[in-house]
Amino acid sequence: MSDTQTAFDLAAAAPFLASRAHNGWLGLRFSDHGEDWVEMELPWRDDLLGEEGRDVLASGPIVSLLDMAGGLSIWARMGKFRAIATLDLRVDYTRPARERASVFGRVQCYRTTRSAAFVRGIAHDGDPDDPVAHMQAVFMTVDKRTVDLPRETSGETARG
Amino acid sequence: MADTPDIALLTPYARSLGISLDRWDGEAPVLRVDFSEAVLGRPGALHGGAISGLLETAGYGVLRAALARSGREAGFVPINITVQFMRAGNEKRSFARARIVKLGRRTANLSVEAWQDDPLKPIASAVMNVMIRDAD
Repeated sequence: MSDTQTAFDLAAAAPFLASRAHNGWLGLRFSDHGEDWVEMELPWRDDLLGEEGRDVLASGPIVSLLDMAGGLSIWARMGKFRAIATLDLRVDYTRPARERASVFGRVQCYRTTRSAAFVRGIAHDGDPDDPVAHMQAVFMTVDKRTVDLPRETSGETARG
Repeated sequence: MADTPDIALLTPYARSLGISLDRWDGEAPVLRVDFSEAVLGRPGALHGGAISGLLETAGYGVLRAALARSGREAGFVPINITVQFMRAGNEKRSFARARIVKLGRRTANLSVEAWQDDPLKPIASAVMNVMIRDAD
């Protein structure tokens, strides 16, 4: 476990964090960020369909996309890297994504406390004013000595 | 097993992630996903997005089975999903099974749980609302 207080350069760390494990398998890419928000891209891929014969991304990868963007938005707001775990996550699917469209997840961390972080955001397929989904989630910061807690969203050993 | 409907339970996404049918438990399919890099979050723990994908696939599975039993041919449109994460998922096989709380003409409400060693110690649960579009 590394230093949980390390200053966090989001634009530098996000591509690494997105390159491995489940996020890497999905092919998530860093898109943009602000002081308390992050946008990630889930590129179109034809083995992630939600329905046979219909070229629309499944809803599962969109949950992963929003979870990842949510975790990063917390580090953006905190300006540092702490181990976190998703406690509760809700996604409302407001319309289907367009066929063969990449989906972007843009999530803002609007509040942090000593042990919780609250995020909300959207997924869109090109126009942020016309979302395909809305999300809201709560993350907990994870004491590194505690093991039987919800999973952390990403590795705390940001090397490489 | 006589009542096991011959239906496609897995979307291309679910197959790609490594989800498969483990067994039938009454009228509900028990789905599983073996540990792989594709479902890994931080080192040593499953990714919540992958667990959500397993939960959602189990939800659609039990719904598709119920509709097949009643001879309904329908497509699904997701309305929403709320996932609770209770425990870290370790680097091992995970299971999920869903229950239909309410099946209506236009919507279904599903309750889903995922576990690893002990079904009584779920790693995550979900509530899903699904729109049902009957084929013309």
